[in-house]
Amino acid sequence: MTDLWIVTVIAVCALCTLLERAFPFLIFRGREVPEIIRYLGGLLPMAIICTLVFYCLRNVTFEAGASWVPQLAASLITAILHLWKGNTMLSIAGGTICCMILTQFVF
Amino acid sequence: MKKAFLYSLKHSVPILISFIPVGLAYGILMQSTGRSILCTGACSLFVFAGSLQFLMVEFFAGGTTLLSVVILSLLLNSRHIFYGLPFIEKWREYGPARLFLIYALPDEAFSLHCSNDFDDGNEKDKKWTYIFDALLILLYWVVLSVVGAVAGSFIHFDTSGIDFALTALFIVILIDQIKSSPSVFPAVTAAVSSIVWLLILGPSGFILPSLLTTVSVLILLKNRGRSAPEGRNAV
Repeated sequence: MTDLWIVTVIAVCALCTLLERAFPFLIFRGREVPEIIRYLGGLLPMAIICTLVFYCLRNVTFEAGASWVPQLAASLITAILHLWKGNTMLSIAGGTICCMILTQFVF
Repeated sequence: MKKAFLYSLKHSVPILISFIPVGLAYGILMQSTGRSILCTGACSLFVFAGSLQFLMVEFFAGGTTLLSVVILSLLLNSRHIFYGLPFIEKWREYGPARLFLIYALPDEAFSLHCSNDFDDGNEKDKKWTYIFDALLILLYWVVLSVVGAVAGSFIHFDTSGIDFALTALFIVILIDQIKSSPSVFPAVTAAVSSIVWLLILGPSGFILPSLLTTVSVLILLKNRGRSAPEGRNAV
């Protein structure tokens, strides 16, 4: 492919991504932010983070053990560690190491 | 400023870990499809969106019209239209720095921005924490993808499963938010909506319908005047 096409693709994809990220700021530029958006702004972080957990686990299927046990067991370990100790690094390291061991040595 | 930097550095370690396999894999893929190191670096720097960058490998190969490139890239990252909502007012005070914060707002930066604990920080530290969060994530991403492109073929280390670090980070942030918020309602709505749309549409297309449903439910509840839960203010 030509260099022009490559540069065009990068420019177009960068612009599309930037436009989406700027979308709420452009809509409410120079205006008072409506009450409903303030309300959503307060609730959306929790809702979006929760959706992102499902997004990360979206490829889990229940056909073979390898396609769900490592991910779900590691999720459970992360959650239990975090509820128990409340130490972010410990929870993430525990869950990730568990997922790596299960993926590489068990399944 | 130093305090903000050290905070962001510590805070962003899980993202660095989760980027190691993904960034390296991206660099290796770009290299193996004949793209230059410069091209890999430019994609990571200017586009800064993991899943879209993997799709762009197909675009580079040709056979896609420019219109398809526009539509596919808008659709793939459509969830990003919601990421600015909690920060509209806060970032207005930040002047030109907000342009950088808006450009550097992938999933990972959004999640760090939402989980910053500002209890004892002053306003200036808050601003710098946002900036360093975004800057460090951008740096990790660009450097790792370039390293993948340069040295990918020499690295032999089984990293299978290490990408779970990002999932774990989201789980931890979710638990912290649930603990500090008076209501779990947004999380329950998002979970039910995600599961339903995953069952209907499968993994590739569920996220936008799911977020739209969640937003609609939250708005409906507010308009009905039911005891709409007050969220913990993210900023």
